[in-house]
Amino acid sequence: MVNKENAAIKPGLFTLLRKYRFSIGFAFTIAALYFANRPVGTEAFDISVSNTIEMLSLLPPVFILVGLLDVWVPKETIIRYMGENSGWKGILMAVFLGSAAAGPLYVAFPITALLLRKRARLAYVLFFLGVWSTTKLPIVLYEISYMGLRFTAIHVAVGIPLFLLFSMIIEKVMPEETREALYRKAELELP
Amino acid sequence: MALRKAWKSFSSLLPEVLSIMMFVGISLAILSPETISRLIGSDSGPFGVAVALVAGSVTLIPSFVTFPLGAALLKDGAGYAQIAAFVSTLMAVGIVTLPVEIKYFNWYTAVLRNISALFVSIIFTIVIWRLM
Repeated sequence: MVNKENAAIKPGLFTLLRKYRFSIGFAFTIAALYFANRPVGTEAFDISVSNTIEMLSLLPPVFILVGLLDVWVPKETIIRYMGENSGWKGILMAVFLGSAAAGPLYVAFPITALLLRKRARLAYVLFFLGVWSTTKLPIVLYEISYMGLRFTAIHVAVGIPLFLLFSMIIEKVMPEETREALYRKAELELP
Repeated sequence: MALRKAWKSFSSLLPEVLSIMMFVGISLAILSPETISRLIGSDSGPFGVAVALVAGSVTLIPSFVTFPLGAALLKDGAGYAQIAAFVSTLMAVGIVTLPVEIKYFNWYTAVLRNISALFVSIIFTIVIWRLM
């Protein structure tokens, strides 16, 4: 499937092999594990497949969503709600967007790239990632049912203020050029 | 237009993500749940917390599996602090996804974000240790 779809862009076989060199190496490792120790090899295969299926079911919709939002949401809107001077609105938006989400953190990266592209303030974008990693609503419900309300409440109560603090610190210590380069990169490259 | 963009982003990310998935699959298959709960048992102390922080940082498990796994490890004898360290780093710190994160941001931002997330996890663990 991978090969056929890439053939549409027509990269050389060598480039393709190079691009996938780690994937191929790991695939061989799993095969070797299977011959060395059948149950471990089978489990490695099963876990890899189920993780990959999760990823395949999450990433494409996110990319499509990001692509659509890129076209639909004007830059001014993002600047107004999450830009340099958005103040509390930016923080609340980060909490709202981060909580509404579901899925692992790597799914959030394309969204943060989009936000940067539309000139959201860096501290709020980083805070959004922090919120995403602790208080995604569906996961919080899950956490309560498995780990208890007390554990979950402490997780959120400790996580949210600290992530906000660290986002501000990272933004502050980052050299101006690095930050500008980050925005330029987000503008030039597609999310 | 949006679809084209989506496909381009997806195919440029695929090689990294595929190898991450297989790397995680291999590591999880080699480390059984019994091994994990022995390493981070409730009397494993700061060493167990350190192991849990490292384990959570380098692995990638779907969130829907994280908490059932955490609860199962608790039942197998892991401590609350160790589980707190494990689940919080699991969700916030991503060493294996670092190459992808660097691709989206840059080296500086990605590394600082992960370090700060590790700090938050450590503080959370200490609070859980005191309170639970």
